[in-house]
Amino acid sequence: MSDFLQPRSLAQALEERAAHLEYQLLAGGTDLLVASKDRLPLLGMIDLMSVSELSGIEEVAGGGLRIGATTSYSKILDSEAIATRFALLHKACREIGAAQIQARGTLGGNIATSSPVGDSLPALMALDAQLELASTRGKRTVPYREFLRGYRKVDMAEDELIVAILLPAQPEGAFHYWRKVGTRRAQSISKLMIAAVGSVQDGKIASAKISLGAVADRTIRLYEVEKAIVGQKPGPETAAIAKEVVRASITPIDDLRSNAEYRLSTAENLVARFVLGLASTVGTTQSPSSAKKNK
Amino acid sequence: MKIEVTINGEKRQVETAGHRRLLDVLRDEFALFGTKEGCGEGECGACTVLLEGEVVNSCLIAVGQVNGKSLTTIEGMADGQTLHVIQQALIDFGGAQCGICTPGVALCAKWALEKEPNASKERLRELMSGNICRCTGYQAIVDAVVSAQEGADS
Repeated sequence: MSDFLQPRSLAQALEERAAHLEYQLLAGGTDLLVASKDRLPLLGMIDLMSVSELSGIEEVAGGGLRIGATTSYSKILDSEAIATRFALLHKACREIGAAQIQARGTLGGNIATSSPVGDSLPALMALDAQLELASTRGKRTVPYREFLRGYRKVDMAEDELIVAILLPAQPEGAFHYWRKVGTRRAQSISKLMIAAVGSVQDGKIASAKISLGAVADRTIRLYEVEKAIVGQKPGPETAAIAKEVVRASITPIDDLRSNAEYRLSTAENLVARFVLGLASTVGTTQSPSSAKKNK
Repeated sequence: MKIEVTINGEKRQVETAGHRRLLDVLRDEFALFGTKEGCGEGECGACTVLLEGEVVNSCLIAVGQVNGKSLTTIEGMADGQTLHVIQQALIDFGGAQCGICTPGVALCAKWALEKEPNASKERLRELMSGNICRCTGYQAIVDAVVSAQEGADS
């Protein structure tokens, strides 16, 4: 009979991980248990949901948040801090699966599975999330954008666990843009996702972080596009420039859910909508200096 | 492993492997056949149960994870011979046909109305979008749930 370990503390979980590298780590099970009855029995599982210190949302200095790795999407959706200050993540989680998946699925699980269509991942990348990893050898923090190494490949040693996700404070009044394109709103696997955060000051784009999912072997950031639009006036001209840079910087694939050309033109159009959306925020965000002038 | 779980208010025990699907243990060990298997992949909601009051797919839960927790299955929804208002409404509005999705639909509706008693019709559709029905076309289900919601208000 296979082993089912339920550590009660992080320290215990790390020790059990180090002692049983061949065991499967289990969080909410929403990926792992899919069609599990058709698979051979596992050697063993380490249930991370039994570790209460891995779950929960707390404030950190500087206006950021620390989200425990096994925090469920429904806990994220119930968080006022995430709804108001990290709206991007809130919007993304609201479109993951449906209520049953949201109740069990976890942010850390989405990150560890690291599917190119993981729905929370573009939001984490655009929000400049950092990951807290731990093993019996110690702790380290790694920027999420550097964590992805290839198709379902991540910068994680086999004895490491994801402990928490750190979200830094976002610009005041920033525009959070999320779109998931799929065949059906609930449950469907995405053809493409865009997650973007930007801010405008004195009529110019002051910051822009844009991430796409399902257009490459992993979630990607569009650094070239960001560079091309920061400092520009948000509006149709900048949107047109952004579209050109999108076309030059991504090479989506054909698969059963969509094809390369559809993904490419959808990516262009959604990035353009983000830029136009930034234009509509002009007047709602002001730099401290222009705010003073208006008094 | 030994698993102790409260099902519909009753303490139950079973000795089984922790990685087994909750769905299989409910049906094969506890003979609670009201919980149905549809897709087995977490997409259809037929196997929905309530775990500590949260709506979940029992096909995606390793039974070891419910040790010490409490569950509500469709068998626990009626009060003896008196159907829950949602169950009665599903009958009255023709919200049940072949019946495979119905236990999951009823439990998800119960959860949704407890979580957000004043949810709009659109919001109810969103909260219940994880339950797929291939018979009714959904309108009859939504009408039934809204009627149960109004009944609960008055």
